Amino acid sequence: MRKMEDLISINYVKLLIIALFYTCVSCSSVEKKIYVELNDTVPCVRLLNATHQIGCQSSMSGDTGVLHVLESEEDLDWILNTGPHPPYMIVMETAFFNRSVMLRMKNSSRVSGVAVIVSKTGLAENFSPHTTCPNQNTGVYSASYGPELANCNVTAWNPLGNGLSYEDFSFPVFALKDENQTQVIRKCYEEHNLRVNGSAPQYPLCAMQLFSHMHAVTDTVTCMRRTDLQNRFSINPEVMCDPLSDFNVWSSTRPLNNSAKGHKANESVVIAATRLDGRSFFWEEAPAAEGTVSGIVTLLAAVHALQPVTQQAPPPRNIFFTFFQGEAFDYIGSSKMVYDMERNEFVIDLDNVHSMLEIGQVGLRSGRNLWMHSDPVSLTNSSVMDEVTKMTDNMQSIADGLHISLAKLNVTQPLPPSSLQRFLRVRPIPGLVLADHQTSFINRYYESVYDDAENLNVSYPPNLSPDEQLVFETEEAKSLAEVATLVARSLYKQAGGEERNLNNITADPRIVAQLLYGFLIQKNNSWFRSLLPPEVTKKGANSILSSGPPQFYIGVGPRNIGPVHSVTRFVQYIMANLTGAATNLTETQCQNPESKDLFSYFWVSGPSSVNSSGEPFCVRAPVRLAKAVSPAFERMEYGSRDYSTWTESRWKSIRARVFLVASRELEMLTLGVGVAVLLLSLMVTYFISSKADLLFSSARETPTTTY
Amino acid sequence: MTLAVFFGCAFIAFGPAFSLFVFTIVKDPLRIIILIAGAFFWLLSLLLSSLVWFIAVKACNGVQDPTLHRALLIFGVFFSVLLQEVFRFAYYRLLRKANEGLASISDEDGLDISVRQMAYVAGLGFGIMSGAFSMINILSDSLGPGTVGIFGDSQYYFVTAALMTLALTLLHTFWGVVFFEGCEKSRWWVIAAVVALHLLVAGLSLLNPLYEASLPPVYGITLLMAVWAFFSSGGSLHNLNTLCTRRKAEEESAQ
Repeated sequence: MRKMEDLISINYVKLLIIALFYTCVSCSSVEKKIYVELNDTVPCVRLLNATHQIGCQSSMSGDTGVLHVLESEEDLDWILNTGPHPPYMIVMETAFFNRSVMLRMKNSSRVSGVAVIVSKTGLAENFSPHTTCPNQNTGVYSASYGPELANCNVTAWNPLGNGLSYEDFSFPVFALKDENQTQVIRKCYEEHNLRVNGSAPQYPLCAMQLFSHMHAVTDTVTCMRRTDLQNRFSINPEVMCDPLSDFNVWSSTRPLNNSAKGHKANESVVIAATRLDGRSFFWEEAPAAEGTVSGIVTLLAAVHALQPVTQQAPPPRNIFFTFFQGEAFDYIGSSKMVYDMERNEFVIDLDNVHSMLEIGQVGLRSGRNLWMHSDPVSLTNSSVMDEVTKMTDNMQSIADGLHISLAKLNVTQPLPPSSLQRFLRVRPIPGLVLADHQTSFINRYYESVYDDAENLNVSYPPNLSPDEQLVFETEEAKSLAEVATLVARSLYKQAGGEERNLNNITADPRIVAQLLYGFLIQKNNSWFRSLLPPEVTKKGANSILSSGPPQFYIGVGPRNIGPVHSVTRFVQYIMANLTGAATNLTETQCQNPESKDLFSYFWVSGPSSVNSSGEPFCVRAPVRLAKAVSPAFERMEYGSRDYSTWTESRWKSIRARVFLVASRELEMLTLGVGVAVLLLSLMVTYFISSKADLLFSSARETPTTTY
Repeated sequence: MTLAVFFGCAFIAFGPAFSLFVFTIVKDPLRIIILIAGAFFWLLSLLLSSLVWFIAVKACNGVQDPTLHRALLIFGVFFSVLLQEVFRFAYYRLLRKANEGLASISDEDGLDISVRQMAYVAGLGFGIMSGAFSMINILSDSLGPGTVGIFGDSQYYFVTAALMTLALTLLHTFWGVVFFEGCEKSRWWVIAAVVALHLLVAGLSLLNPLYEASLPPVYGITLLMAVWAFFSSGGSLHNLNTLCTRRKAEEESAQ
């Protein structure tokens, strides 16, 4: 193949190929000889809040540098001080991707970009690019509310956090995931850039170019002002940044009339909440296994466990399940819901809220321990104190029945980062946060790309087919099922349900196993496919059902795979299928039902067997989506200190390529030869044309040429 | 800094064509018309040969045999060369027919254009256009930031491509002169020789990336064609001699 490409180098062949290529693909074959495009890369992008920009960006035309693979401290010195070919494009293994190395690069002008090979080899004991105090400024604790607890003074929740995700890098940082492409880079480096006995390598050198130019700068205030200006005056407004936004998912055991907003008379709800998103240093690369999936899975399993009992013996209070989106970015989802509740724009208001149980990180229980966190400041209120005490006592007795060691924490410790804090900002609601950590997080990879299935100890015995893995009950699944049972029974009890029904509520470890498999290993599995609409499953890899686990970064509004984040969509449909009732409506009736006040209707694929694709049917369930966009954007307060102001910058292209660069001498030689040829030809042509009548006059003919 | 490569290659490939254009063509509108029309005829030949290539590739679609691809390539090259020569002949016929008409729209001073001049201008038109087509794409990629070589190709790719284009432009000019002369005098062996040499050059380019094997012979042929074109357009040793002696005489008189 290469031989053939060589042939096309010059001449007519080239023309023919061009003619062909213009009809087939618009990419020149010369470019293919020069560049190796790296397709499976993940960039770090720029995010902005009211005061800062974080993330990375390249220059407009991409940043180029000579490749150097960082393998030892010696290499670091070569890159930052002695190497003769700056700027360098650094390729590093996971082991070097830490704060000290990255900050040394940030402060050096000899670094034009970084590519991190994301792999598990050489992974440090712990790595969290998040801050030590997540959502520090938008929680409940502040100078006016428990000032001694503010800024994680009592407990640094994420002490391993190095804050890398919140640094602003002026060079691009990419993650390389594909093993083959890493191999290409390594080969190119070893062939051209390897130092021989400490001396500098000779040209041509292997180089890499990264494109990730970001349109937005400074902060959200600046960027939104520029966007608004453009919207007002430009015919083709160019948006610089978009607010991070998606949807919360909520449901309730008794359907609530969604068309009537504001206070619901005679309605008292127990909120069961968890978060729906996570993040990492890189864009759309957030597995968030312990950070988020453990909570989602537990709550979904609890919803499923509660379903039959709440139908047969409904408790006096309603149970309101909600999954908050965008909590990693200063509580986008919960602040929006609270904001809507305050303004009577949500289906219930704060007066309807009886109490709240939030599920935090529950996946890494060492010795089956769980802890109930509560807010010491609101406990000074006696009614809240009573309710919380009742709640903890109830949960404790249920946990004892399940042989789970559940402990209440002393009242000097504040709440961990949780959605409950946003409720407490407006009202002292009795609430608990269930978590597997007593003080700081057990999660050693909080909000990083390594918080994946392995971190959660979800692994399968070898030789299992995907369908067998799907239903394989790992230890983790059994453990989370226990937690889900505890959550479900506690909620039922909290909602005023009778004691004798409690033993009928048990979470199914099989469901937990399936959920874990879908959220951590492979979203495109037979179970998820049967729960989703047929149009999603038919689209296959182009839709939200691509291969691999889903990612939990919230992202911005309109996506190329549809208006709703894939995880939100999964949770919505899983909930609908777990709690809903199958109806015999046709597809059109299902999509346009007579009344949507109490229920939503979902057209789902249905379980398929080996030889049939399943029979789609209509499911009716009180599962809803609610917009999760920070109120700061609704109120146009882009510098808000109370609400999340995170936006994601827009960009034109994100790509990476590897190629060789020629030495300066060769370039100058080429130019010199070119100029010489031009001058020589000018002189010769002038000379010949001035003497043309002499030269081209034949003795036998009359002069014909008059050049 | 690959701008240097871009300009270097551009100067190499198009420097001679540019200077020829500036000193010999640009003064006379009629020559410009003939030049453009020559370029157009070359383009027509390209259109036809690309059509044939397209059909051939479509016909062999799905076959993953490298020898077949190579055979297809060789077929395409030779077919294209033959088409170009056919169009050169067609252009000659057209110019012959249009000669008087052209003369009438030419300058009033009766500075009508001779067949030899037409041959030169038409050949240059062919050369410029074919040079442009073989070089533009490479030039745009030479802007960088990368250079050829990651797959083990020679790093002199851009320079050799430019040198090849230079030779090709000149060759087309010389072939034009010789070919028209052959047509004028009905010397069919001359035409046959031009076609054969064109095929030979195209065949040599198939030797790439063995640039040592393709470039020197091509330049040898260019030199040969230059001499041939010189003689067939009315030059002679005698003329060269007079030029030299006159120059000597001038120098002597200056002294």
